[in-house]
Amino acid sequence: MRRPVAVRVVGPLQWIIYPALLAVLATLILATPVTLFGLSLPEPVIPLVLAFAWPLIRPSISAPLMLFVLGLFLDLLWYAPLGLWGLVLLCVYAAILVSRNFLMGQETRVLFVWYTVAALGAFFLAYVIVTIVAGRAPSLLALLGQIVPTLLIFPLADRLIQRFDDGDVRFR
Amino acid sequence: MAFRDGPFENLKVPLIWTAGLTVLAVLAVSVFLLLSQRRGDPDSQNAIRGAGDQVSGGVGGVLAAPVRWVGAASDYVGDYFFAVSENRRLKEQVAELQAVADANIALQNINTRYEAMLGIRVEPDVEMATARSISESRGPFARSRLIDVGTGQGVRIGNPVINEHGLVGRVVGTSSRVSRVLLVTDVSSRIPVLIDRTDARAMLTGDGSGNPRLEYVRGTDSVEVGDRVLTSGDGGGIPRGVPIGVVARGIDGSWRVKLFSDRGAIDFVKVLKFEDFGQLVDPETLNAPPLAALGTAAAPAPATGPQPGGAGE
Repeated sequence: MRRPVAVRVVGPLQWIIYPALLAVLATLILATPVTLFGLSLPEPVIPLVLAFAWPLIRPSISAPLMLFVLGLFLDLLWYAPLGLWGLVLLCVYAAILVSRNFLMGQETRVLFVWYTVAALGAFFLAYVIVTIVAGRAPSLLALLGQIVPTLLIFPLADRLIQRFDDGDVRFR
Repeated sequence: MAFRDGPFENLKVPLIWTAGLTVLAVLAVSVFLLLSQRRGDPDSQNAIRGAGDQVSGGVGGVLAAPVRWVGAASDYVGDYFFAVSENRRLKEQVAELQAVADANIALQNINTRYEAMLGIRVEPDVEMATARSISESRGPFARSRLIDVGTGQGVRIGNPVINEHGLVGRVVGTSSRVSRVLLVTDVSSRIPVLIDRTDARAMLTGDGSGNPRLEYVRGTDSVEVGDRVLTSGDGGGIPRGVPIGVVARGIDGSWRVKLFSDRGAIDFVKVLKFEDFGQLVDPETLNAPPLAALGTAAAPAPATGPQPGGAGE
């Protein structure tokens, strides 16, 4: 007689809501105007991790909606043009969703390369939009100062994918 | 006929399609939001931003407290290790500043006499509100700060913001308790300035880096490395003479300004409640004679000789 298999259902609360709240909390803490040993805190675009990891975990309706909310949050907190980060995050989500079949099951190094490409594309898009809106191109050195910490938080994306990929047996 | 009995009974839409459609719909909303605003325009979406600032200001204020404690602890450790070198540096600075202070007293005395003789109307003092910085954005696309004063304390959009060293930025959004300050380094910041040595006018334009550019410099050879840059007061948005920084050459060869406000942490700032020159004087004072001496001098005597060009007797 076959033993019943326990079905572990991972709901949106676990893989969408909690990571999104953690991203908001981390962004708020890093926005604190404090200098440690003469250096200010870095300002990575933490929700970019979610925009990369969520479509690889599974396609979802609530993930893009949450990314839009996170984008609005970044726009309001950082005084960026309203809609900028929502657009950028959703473009990353869409790009990864389209190439999902190639990326699923790839090893971490390959995923990092794709994460880098996605992040560079996202920053290029944001750069072009801000240049058009403000009428002046932002400094490339300052841009590098945000790209590097954003790339350095890739382990968070990898951990999220490892934790929730195939977490729900119904999607195997 | 129930829906489940209809032709759509066995219709199954792949999850990736529904996700894709959601992405397209939300992308359209984002593009609409981007197109329906002008950044830096105070009336554009001010209500949304004001509410957002109010919320993030409250949350940021709570979160900032423990992070400030860590920052204060790091400062304490730094002060402990660098106390000797700091002491030497400060002694040298005090010796240099003593001479400057003496010269300043003498110049102030001369200046007061000149003002009395010429009857110059100096600009009255501008009322200020002290504020604490709650949160900041320091990325390439936006450089701004939230401060904990708002319309309740008399802060208005357009008010300049300074710290003890120089100009920090200007207020671009207000709510009842929190205001948004656009820093001079923001990519959309434009400040009319003058070069202290040559009185040449220029425009200070931020580009998201720590050192804003100096553009549209008027005159040839009017700028040199090390020149002090002050606000020019042109346009009436910011009072004349607020110190900003010193001129430097960027690595791309462009003129840039090292900001005085970077010399210390911008934890505490002052908001100048200055909107334009019109608020500083009442109309009667504005219509008064420009020279005080005119009010006390004797009336001119009538001419006795033939007037030049006159017909004569």
